[in-house]
Amino acid sequence: MGNLEIRDLCQSFARDDKTRLQVLEHLNLDVTDKEFVCILGASGCGKTTLLRLIAGLDEAESGSILLDGEEIKGPNPKVGFVFQEYSLFPWRSVIDNIAFGLEMKGIPAGERYKVAEEYLELVNLTPFRNSYPSELSGGMRQRVAVARALALDPVLLLMDEPFGALDAQTRNMLQKELLEIWEKTKKTIIFITHSVDEAVYLSDRIVVLTPRPGRICKIAPINLPRPRNRTSVEFAEVRREILDLISMNCSVQ
Amino acid sequence: MNNHTQKQKNRGLGVLAIILCLIIWQVVAVYIVKYTFILPAPTDVFSAFVELARSGTLILDFQESMIHFAMGIGAAILVGIPIGIIMGWSRKCDAFLNPIVEIIRPIPPLAWIPFAIIWFGLTLYSAAFVIFIGAVFPIIINTYSGFRNVPRIFVEAGKMLGCTKNSSLIRHIAFPAALPSVASGIRIATGVAWMCLVAAELFGVSNYGLGKNLWQYYNLHRMDCVVVYMLILGLIGLAVDILLRYYIDHHFLKWQTNEVA
Repeated sequence: MGNLEIRDLCQSFARDDKTRLQVLEHLNLDVTDKEFVCILGASGCGKTTLLRLIAGLDEAESGSILLDGEEIKGPNPKVGFVFQEYSLFPWRSVIDNIAFGLEMKGIPAGERYKVAEEYLELVNLTPFRNSYPSELSGGMRQRVAVARALALDPVLLLMDEPFGALDAQTRNMLQKELLEIWEKTKKTIIFITHSVDEAVYLSDRIVVLTPRPGRICKIAPINLPRPRNRTSVEFAEVRREILDLISMNCSVQ
Repeated sequence: MNNHTQKQKNRGLGVLAIILCLIIWQVVAVYIVKYTFILPAPTDVFSAFVELARSGTLILDFQESMIHFAMGIGAAILVGIPIGIIMGWSRKCDAFLNPIVEIIRPIPPLAWIPFAIIWFGLTLYSAAFVIFIGAVFPIIINTYSGFRNVPRIFVEAGKMLGCTKNSSLIRHIAFPAALPSVASGIRIATGVAWMCLVAAELFGVSNYGLGKNLWQYYNLHRMDCVVVYMLILGLIGLAVDILLRYYIDHHFLKWQTNEVA
């Protein structure tokens, strides 16, 4: 299961001049099991802050986040995280990066590598089993990061602009692969992006945040059948709707 | 190919410099200074080397010095790395220990010799102690800065993967991430330790030792032998440094290729 309930979440940061910067304001959101939700918003609108709170990496000022009815109070193996920057451990080979979480759980080496190899295959990187992250391209590194997060079999996968640093071609390919992985593993995914195209291609629902303080501006279900075709008229139509929505309601006033 | 021949040419230049230097030294010693006590010629030094090597003391000196060196460095690693780790990991420990470290660190290792003798007597432990003092601070400082510079994202990625306790984060994330810095600290420490070695042996803690006999031959006015010891000290120091550098480069290169220019 992977039902997420976010209730009345507020977060602010202290500024140098002793005032507080409100980043998230009374945010409420429900994500149901096996759903693919994209959170869309301009940079600085609190997308990453929200995701870090869900991950348990930061503590909220007020409000609560419940995963399957249990409050999130710190990093939790039921939640996987794929970071925006390259986060692979450079001193570990690809397979040892993927096996890291299992190693921390105390799973014996034989079983650990068996599981890690399954996920290595899932992201199509079997030939790079013993490579080091420095030997991989950006796209391959993020695929390993996905495999590493999935290896612990979390119910919820959080992705913070994971393909943001990649070129358009690699990005499209990884989006396609991610949907295939999602079909196979059926996780709840919350994916942060500032690309409307990416959000429309991937999600069941798009959550648009307003710029500072971050509030939910609009939740838009995307009903296009998968696999979606970026060049189709329907796709372009939905993309335009979202863009209009943002420029009319959700941009800086 | 071009690059390769260029490299060989450059190496040839280095050899040429050494040969030129030897020739000038020989000429100056034999035709200008004319007094081996002031400046022994390379040929004098060479025959002194043959003489010393035949008598077998060089090997004993080498062994004795290596024991002092290894004890000092070993103790510095055992003490310096844990101190560097706790200072680098915990801001509180840093605030607590930093003033002490910063006050003791600038004291030249050789200024500790009187206390080394009082605490350890004229034993190899006092030589090791002086070497330890010289070596421990570069190890503390490099371990500390290695830990301070562990990218936060590695720690957070570790936490998300179930590595949440401080001890496991240090062991599985921070220590491997800081290891290149720790290793280069050890390399710097061996350099300093080697410089402390001669002085640490001067005050007579043992019957043998490269530093001990360098001083012994000075007292005997055998300056040709003194030069032999100087050169041996230099060459061993160089060899230790090359070995460590080779090890560090090869060990960490595979995951650092995009970080080192």
